[in-house]
Amino acid sequence: MAYAEQGEVIAEFVDTTKRFGKVLAADRLNLRIGKGEFLSFLGPSGCGKTTALRMLAGFEAPTEGRILIDGQDIGAEPAHRRPVNMVFQHYALFPHMTVAENVGYGLRQRRPKLAKDDIAARVARALDTVRLGDFGPRRIWEMSGGQQQRVALARAIVNEPKILLLDEPMAALDAKLRAEMQMELLSLQRKLGITFILVTHDQQEALSMSDRICIMGKSRIAQIGTPRELYDRPANRYVADFVGRANILPGTVTRNIGEHALVRLASNHDVVVEAPRPVNPGDKVDIAIRPEGLRLGASAEPGLPDITATVARMTFLGEHVEYLLRHPDLGELQVMVPRQAERALPGVDVGTQLHILWDQGNGLILGQD
Amino acid sequence: MRIYALSVYIFLYLPIGIIALFSFSAGRSASQMQGFSTQWYGKALSNPFVIDALKTSATVALVSAILASVFGTMAALALSGMKGRIRVLFDALIYIAVMIPGIVIGIATLIALVTVFDAVNPWLEAATGWRLSMGHGSLIAAHVLFTMSLVIIIVRARIEGMDRALIEASSDLGAGPLATFRQVTLPMLAPAIMAGFLLSFTFSFDDFIIAFFVAGSETTLPIYIFSSIRRGVTPEINAIGTMVMGASLMLLVIAQLTLRRGKAPGH
Ligand SMILES: Nc1ncnc2c1ncn2[C@@H]1O[C@H](COP(=O)(O)OP(=O)(O)O)[C@@H](O)[C@H]1O
Ligand SMILES: [Mg+2]
Repeated sequence: MAYAEQGEVIAEFVDTTKRFGKVLAADRLNLRIGKGEFLSFLGPSGCGKTTALRMLAGFEAPTEGRILIDGQDIGAEPAHRRPVNMVFQHYALFPHMTVAENVGYGLRQRRPKLAKDDIAARVARALDTVRLGDFGPRRIWEMSGGQQQRVALARAIVNEPKILLLDEPMAALDAKLRAEMQMELLSLQRKLGITFILVTHDQQEALSMSDRICIMGKSRIAQIGTPRELYDRPANRYVADFVGRANILPGTVTRNIGEHALVRLASNHDVVVEAPRPVNPGDKVDIAIRPEGLRLGASAEPGLPDITATVARMTFLGEHVEYLLRHPDLGELQVMVPRQAERALPGVDVGTQLHILWDQGNGLILGQD
Repeated sequence: MRIYALSVYIFLYLPIGIIALFSFSAGRSASQMQGFSTQWYGKALSNPFVIDALKTSATVALVSAILASVFGTMAALALSGMKGRIRVLFDALIYIAVMIPGIVIGIATLIALVTVFDAVNPWLEAATGWRLSMGHGSLIAAHVLFTMSLVIIIVRARIEGMDRALIEASSDLGAGPLATFRQVTLPMLAPAIMAGFLLSFTFSFDDFIIAFFVAGSETTLPIYIFSSIRRGVTPEINAIGTMVMGASLMLLVIAQLTLRRGKAPGH
């Protein structure tokens, strides 16, 4: 929320809707993007991320609603007159031009014309920025996938756009290269101070890079927030499930305690959880609790509900061991146990009965989807 | 199977090979090899009728190939922007145009042109004292009609294979529609257009059937060869035939290479 409320707004979606025939690709998007912000659109394939980006770039016109850049409604502006540039998913580099010609393409379109040596100097600087200083005369097909991506990046940033749009730019790279590029992209964004809008379906990518994430679900914005906000306070079941993992349990509110609430689970245990929205006793609610928000013990602890469950599976993940437990009323529960804590549980195996320790205040009440 | 294939090739290429061989004969017989010389080539190239026919053929081929490339490319671009039934209809019509025998095109064009000329000429003559007739114009029109379809098919294939994102990238980088066409679309299509041009040129240059109907009083090289044969085949005819064949083959090879070059790595 930080950017939209404090900083300057660079772009804004106002009830922006896009239909392709009967397909609703974007449903009343409302979003403010701050100057210098790194914002990600995160969501599964087909949820309308690309459509949102393409409307900003000018390749699709909204069916309803508006899009503002710098306070101006740019609905009628064609793509070539918008102060934004895009890094395409498959780079879309011009195969009949050299690397340098590709990078200089945007500068050559400027009117009044830029001087030749001015263009050459800017191209050289952009290529240096993406660490391709010596590759200017190369042909596109002589470049590897990772290098092509850098060319695409240089071709966009050389124009000093107000917003840089990136549509799954790392999807085609292998894991190692992807991690490298993520860090490079992030430091580039900090250096240039340009607003970056990244489309991705990779939550790790979005969480590690973004100032804010806009989670999309079925053509709508499900939640907007910083990575921490989304992780700690998912607004609904969809977000809780999509960002990280969560145990989601139904229950009934029995008492309000300030910002918290006492909720009775299906197993008749009472737990104290956060209540981000006002609730009343008797309300049926869903609770989300992260696997690392629960602990396991060989015995119950005083003051905590005594939830006994059977170990169904243990998955060794290095620093952590992921336990899957089964409870007759609550169903399956995931608990993430640090290796350190696991030492206190000797001789545990599939079939062992353990106590699930739910500390007060862990977990929260979800909103409606 | 091998022998069968071999005999097909022999059947196809042996006569051509023999013509080429006999064109180097030193004797006067067109069907007998008598020593080696290049005198018939010299004779052919110093024959004013041959040179005249060659000029006509080359002019017609060049102009019709240029027109076919321009119109064919424009049509291909327009078709690629179309959708649904109209597009299917036009696609079908283009393929049909290529498959229609030359003799049908020749007769049809002749009838059409004669009808138009008859209708227009009295009026035109009264106004300008000048009248339309068969000749260069009708040859070019008929050839463009046919070869444009070839260009459309070749350029269309290239457009289909082009990444649409390139056009979007260009406009994203600030190029308007015209600038995008000039800097991205046209260079990307250039090899296909060039190949279409060369094929059109070759077709027009070699064509006898259509030309026979619509040439009027003009003599193209194939028409000249045909009319000389009626007066008896000489090694001179063999030499002309060999030169035409050599030039056509070369153009076709270049067309193939351009097309393949255009699909170079990176696609
Ligand atoms: N040009 C188009 N024509 C028709 N439907 C489209 C078009 N572009 C996208 N869609 C549809 O809109 C929805 C959202 O697509 P998209 O924005 O590409 O999703 P994402 O990028 O999240 O995978 C999908 O159902 C897709 O099929
Ligand atoms: Mg997409």
